Amino acid sequence: MSDLSLTINGIEVAAREGMTILEAAQSSGIYVPTLCHCPGLTPEGACRICLVKIEKKKKLHPACRTPVEAGMVVITDDAEIEQVRRVTLELILSDHDFNCLLCRKSGTCRLQDLVNRIGFDEHRLDRLDRVAKDLPVDTSNPFFDFNPNKCVQCGICIRTCREIVGVDAIDMAYRGYEIKVSTFGDKPFKESVCVSCGECVERCPVAALIPKKIEYPTREVKTICAYCGVGCGLRLGVRGNTIIGARGDRDNPVNKGELCVRGRFGYKFIHSPDRLTSPIVRAYDPLERQAHGIDETGESSKPVTSPLVKQEGDFVEVTWEQAIKYVASSLDHFKGDQFAAMSSAKCTNEENYLFQKFVRTVMGTNNIDHCARL
Amino acid sequence: MTNSISEIGDAACIFVIGSNATATHPIIGRQISRAIKRGAKLIAADPRRTEMRRMADIWMGHQPGTDVALLNAMARIIIEENLHDADFIEKRCEGFEAFQESIMGPPLSMAETITGIPLEKIASAARTFAESSTATILYAMGITQHSHGTNNVKAVANLALLTGNIGKPSTGVNPLRGQNNVQGACDMGALPNVFTGYQKVDDPKVLKKFEKAWGSKLSPTPGLTLTEVFEAVNSGKVNALYIIGENPVVTEADTGSVQESIAKLDLLIVQDIFLTETAKLADIVLPAASFAEKDGTFTNTERRVQRVRKAIEPVGDSRPDWMIIRDIAKQMGAEGFDFEGPEQIMEEIRELTPSYGGITYERIDQDGLQWPCPDLKHPGTPYFYAEKFTTPSGRGQFTPLEYAPPAEVTSREYPLVLTTRRSTFHYHGTLSRKVDGLNDLRGEEQIEINPVDAASLEVENGETVKVVSRRGAVVAKARISEVTPPGVVSMTFHYPETRTNILTHAALDPIAKIPELKVCAVKIEREIDFGTDYLAWGTGRNR
Repeated sequence: MSDLSLTINGIEVAAREGMTILEAAQSSGIYVPTLCHCPGLTPEGACRICLVKIEKKKKLHPACRTPVEAGMVVITDDAEIEQVRRVTLELILSDHDFNCLLCRKSGTCRLQDLVNRIGFDEHRLDRLDRVAKDLPVDTSNPFFDFNPNKCVQCGICIRTCREIVGVDAIDMAYRGYEIKVSTFGDKPFKESVCVSCGECVERCPVAALIPKKIEYPTREVKTICAYCGVGCGLRLGVRGNTIIGARGDRDNPVNKGELCVRGRFGYKFIHSPDRLTSPIVRAYDPLERQAHGIDETGESSKPVTSPLVKQEGDFVEVTWEQAIKYVASSLDHFKGDQFAAMSSAKCTNEENYLFQKFVRTVMGTNNIDHCARL
Repeated sequence: MTNSISEIGDAACIFVIGSNATATHPIIGRQISRAIKRGAKLIAADPRRTEMRRMADIWMGHQPGTDVALLNAMARIIIEENLHDADFIEKRCEGFEAFQESIMGPPLSMAETITGIPLEKIASAARTFAESSTATILYAMGITQHSHGTNNVKAVANLALLTGNIGKPSTGVNPLRGQNNVQGACDMGALPNVFTGYQKVDDPKVLKKFEKAWGSKLSPTPGLTLTEVFEAVNSGKVNALYIIGENPVVTEADTGSVQESIAKLDLLIVQDIFLTETAKLADIVLPAASFAEKDGTFTNTERRVQRVRKAIEPVGDSRPDWMIIRDIAKQMGAEGFDFEGPEQIMEEIRELTPSYGGITYERIDQDGLQWPCPDLKHPGTPYFYAEKFTTPSGRGQFTPLEYAPPAEVTSREYPLVLTTRRSTFHYHGTLSRKVDGLNDLRGEEQIEINPVDAASLEVENGETVKVVSRRGAVVAKARISEVTPPGVVSMTFHYPETRTNILTHAALDPIAKIPELKVCAVKIEREIDFGTDYLAWGTGRNR
């Protein structure tokens, strides 16, 4: 499998042709700090955090985009490299908002992680004498915010939109210190061609692209998305008896962790206040029922010609026991081809099977269909 | 789909017709865009200038309803230039001569006139398609929702057979199925003419098998399709309707008359998770649990059976659909409904359905399995027809086809063609419209009008216009854009407050019984009286 070997920090490491130094290091369990690297995207080498030393080569090289060579001798960590990384990090931090406690990303922030690992020199940072940016935050999108003040210009969002989603909604705009991630014409996200799929939000290492609300689930459930026929794997985040989030299931062979706007954010219908929570019938009145010859026990032989249907009036909540009896006794009068049923392409296979079995055996008709034609 | 989703990425040529995959099936849309970056050629044909146009090598914006003319012309060019796979046709297919004869009839220039695409462009598409090592065809409702939808599909199949692009990886005839489990609902026999696994109800052998298994006398006559049911209601043949998880008042073609039919019913039972527009008309409404509240399986567009798992307890006093059906059946004294849970139901499905024979919850726990999967050792089937076709002779069947115009054509009074579409942000609407954020992104109907038509109608962007067809009228905001070509307007059908399907035409395909949702003639009126009539429009009553 491995067709070449190199030495990283004095350890002999096996690698394949075409791998980068970073991949070789990671595959053999050697940590190299990164910021703009994101698996699955073209390496950009923008952040200069992953710089490493290669014997017999001048300068430091970004591990994320330097291909391995047979016999290469690489050092990922020494005093000089650490010094360079520290300065690089200080430059990134120089205009960053330091108020981590109030930041939604705190705890999962990759910049925080780098500060913990690499550290910075406070005096030197003070001398850079730059204040945190104070650009307006784009809150136009209903699912996520874009805060350019927290952005570290790693470009992961841009590459995600280009390479994974294929929409190309964002790119770097302006020059020098003014450079920032922007939609076409610097319009709010909602007015741009952005499809709100949230793939960039999922990958943003800092709090620049961040969901409106972050909640951490107590457990996750592996399931399948209920929108279109692609059948993407979902992991629903659950807290108590509430679904609080959804993310793509990386183990699923169909979507391999990707999701669209409906899959990622559309789960919220589950807890919509409009959900039906109790069986309801129109004008459920015992007297009316008797007048129409419907008996709760279902023993009545009189056909129902107009079972409470033409009643103007509101729905009345009933118990499941009542509802089931009511349905059963009503359906008893409509057996055969005068009955028709529509099953649902939203329901499971098992439910569709059971329903067609019910229609065919109990109701005695083949009048069953679903929305395949619509 | 005859083939798998992951194979799309490896195709040398992708032909997308009548599908706006980037909006309706975004994850497949991404596969297409990545395939192009890897060097695949994209041919796209759609009356609307969808996102596909930006990505396509060859873009064909044909007139709505002219797919057969376009596909036949491509086939003819392939034959005339001797680009067809004669070996494959000889060994694996039949009916080629009759097909060849049928398409050689009308002159090629006719295709140009009918479709509105220059002949050179059709020819270059035909050459690209035929000369690629592997070519896959993806289509969706843009092909099927026509009064000649079956012919459209057969025209697609002819093209695949002609070039030998079937029965191999990264080829095939691939309908992108709409709803999450529309494939599964078909597989499970929620269709009027077949039991599970497409076993025909009028086949005496099959009937006997199911009668024995279910211990019940069964009807040997195929039932009514959904689109025929409402006609049967009008004529008094059907008096009771039981609807699960569906909203025909919004999604059926010509919903105005659907609503009238529903009023004639003696009994309407609706089982849903929301009080839909249809449920509001019901006598009994049963609250169902959503996909997150029950166990089961969904079958996706590539025939992959995957596990759905219960994440939370049912919301409120709702119950999973299978439980409700089971309880009603048991209350009615039926036998064979003593199921404890979905896994037990799957065991019964397995026994009765050859293509699901090897599918157990244990086997599909992680990755799912693609049917046909006849036994417990079978690894599933990523693509069909590797050795033979499922026709009686085992050979691929060419179908002679001739172009026929849509059932409703434009006239002086109704000069525009309305074609329906879906938005990226919504699905049919019942679910996605309950999500505030999705409503925020696209909260109201927008009718796409080409600047040329907008100018002649003097309609401005964002202006509310009245859209009138022979069946009714709705109001919608105009969105002037070049996405629709001149003479064509386009609307979604996600919004019950703007019931687009009041306008659409319920002309049915004679075989598939699919309504012609993609073509109807409309006119746009500008002067709007915001008086009391405004309220009546939404209900479908024409002034």
